[in-house]
Amino acid sequence: MKKLLMATAALALGATSTFAETKIGMITTLSGGGAGLGIDVRDGFMLAIEQSGRDDIEVVIEDDQRKPDIAVQLADKMVQSERVDILTGIIWSNLAMAVIPSVTAQGKFYLSPNAGPSALAGQGCHENYFNVAWQNDNLHEAAGAYANSAGYSNSFILAPNYPAGQDALTGYKRTFAGELAGEVYTQLGQTDYAAEIAQIRASGADSVFFFLPGGMGISFLKQYADSGVDLPVVGPAFSFDQGILQAVGDAALGVVNTSQWNKDIDNPTNAAFVESFQAEYGRLPSLYASQGFDTANLILSALDKAEVSDADAFREALRAADFDSTRGEFKFGPNHHPIQTIYAREVIKEGDVFTNKIIGTALENQADVYAADCKM
Amino acid sequence: MSTLLIIEQVLNGLQFGVMLFLMAAGLTLIFGVMGLINLAHGSLYMIGAFAAAAVAGATGSFVLALAAALAVAAIAGALIEMTVIRRLYGKAHLDQVLATFALILIFSEGTRWLFGSFPLFLDIPDYLSGPVTLPGGIQYPLYRLTLIAVGLLVGLGLWALIERTRIGIQIRAGENDREMIAALGVDIRLLYTLVFAIGAALAGLAGALVGAIQSVQVGMGEPVLILAFVVIVIGGIGSIKGAFIGALLVGLTDTLGGIFLPELFKLFMEPGAATQTGSALASMAIYILMSLVLIWRPTGLFGARA
Repeated sequence: MKKLLMATAALALGATSTFAETKIGMITTLSGGGAGLGIDVRDGFMLAIEQSGRDDIEVVIEDDQRKPDIAVQLADKMVQSERVDILTGIIWSNLAMAVIPSVTAQGKFYLSPNAGPSALAGQGCHENYFNVAWQNDNLHEAAGAYANSAGYSNSFILAPNYPAGQDALTGYKRTFAGELAGEVYTQLGQTDYAAEIAQIRASGADSVFFFLPGGMGISFLKQYADSGVDLPVVGPAFSFDQGILQAVGDAALGVVNTSQWNKDIDNPTNAAFVESFQAEYGRLPSLYASQGFDTANLILSALDKAEVSDADAFREALRAADFDSTRGEFKFGPNHHPIQTIYAREVIKEGDVFTNKIIGTALENQADVYAADCKM
Repeated sequence: MSTLLIIEQVLNGLQFGVMLFLMAAGLTLIFGVMGLINLAHGSLYMIGAFAAAAVAGATGSFVLALAAALAVAAIAGALIEMTVIRRLYGKAHLDQVLATFALILIFSEGTRWLFGSFPLFLDIPDYLSGPVTLPGGIQYPLYRLTLIAVGLLVGLGLWALIERTRIGIQIRAGENDREMIAALGVDIRLLYTLVFAIGAALAGLAGALVGAIQSVQVGMGEPVLILAFVVIVIGGIGSIKGAFIGALLVGLTDTLGGIFLPELFKLFMEPGAATQTGSALASMAIYILMSLVLIWRPTGLFGARA
């Protein structure tokens, strides 16, 4: 809300300038169980907007409460009555599926700072839809590749039963060369994994892969650590991000996870981002915050070249991705999803704070397999 | 599928069931005695977990954390009963639902304001962590066994309170005829506050116990609340015995359904599709159970006959 007021104040100040206004609508999860993710995306995004010093950009922020129906209502409101030019912010793939096809069909631009469902990367791709984070499968493909290099040959895999969960298991299976000891879909929002852990124990697996974002991952890791099953665990960064590691505690130490970003990626943009984020908000940034930051900087870089009203020129400017990313090099594939390097990180303890350290590269210049189906 | 795995899953179902019972017992008491639908019961569960996490963080003692969870949830329960709930007894159920739903929002945002949006850390104490080996070679987490024991003890204590004490007699009387016991000189307002506080304390205890193996975060109470409502509908509204049986049924159905349905579908489908269909059906299993029970006994297993 404070940010919103600042943006409005900036708008009032800039009223005399000759700039055309750009209005950005952000729909993200700010309350309920998944709020930490949305708050990080928002804070990263607003940090970049503030640092740009531009006073001709207005950001309207709304809370979707992680509910698809509310996200759809907010999107309608933003497009029809707020008349925003660009939308962004959605965290969850099921919400993304409900909103993105309809707003891009209405001629608006949508830049995803997180969700990258496979359906929107292949046949359902759209010239006005850009994903700045990843295609959902990417981090899981990297986890599969890491599992190969670590010598695992028999994995037990589990994920929640929703679009991103299905993408996760598909992604892991695509790169993992070994056998599957078991494959389980859990309920979205499930908090007790005793039954699944018992199955893992009985399965004879030599490793466990799981995708359980947010609070689900906290529950799983704590229960897993207490169960006496001591198989190595790999997963994507979503259960090991800065926001939840402190709540998992020692149970996460030493676990290897895959991410396209970490705070120790060595480039000036990233160093400045980590430092300024900590100074502004008093906590370490997560990968979600880096994605919000990159999304805002991509928009800013395109606005420097073209106005949103000139849709073709603006789209070209976005496609060029001519901005300094916290990940270093950044480029889009033909379906407007990133082609990027994905790292393997390990959970460590720095003083009293649990955080991640890069231990190697899992996949280099990884694109997604759906790009071939995309005709735009 | 080995016998060991099945026994372990039954234990998991039992553990889930007794924790549900702690939630459902308070809910069913409040509904039975006061005729009130309390949607904010899940918030009391969350308050218990947050109180426990805060105290455990400050003192490092799990026992103190549990005591704090009980006390804070009971006090929060008594306070909301005296300020808000008391005005709702004579009102229609819709007003009660609206008012207690508002309480959920107030408590959620209040907790976020106090503790922030990121989940809190609450861990199992060292003396209860790790697995133990049960007869037959089953490895099972000691903490979950403790949860089963605590749940059963609380259930026993509650039964003794209702059936064997003077307060219990008053509570049962209040359920049957509130005008009459008021006329007999029982302070019905105090009794209601007490019942509400007991229900709240049980929810807070469940929140703290479960919080140690799950994540302590805003909104953690609502999914449990829905299950607790299913439990009391199955068990018969107002019946502690019904809540107990209902909770165990729901716990076992949910856990075992999640395991066996995907296996069942694998007999005639390819594995990927079988897990997806099986899991989807498993998440419906408790609602199917509820409908079956309601067809057989419209007032629930132990509900009063109309």
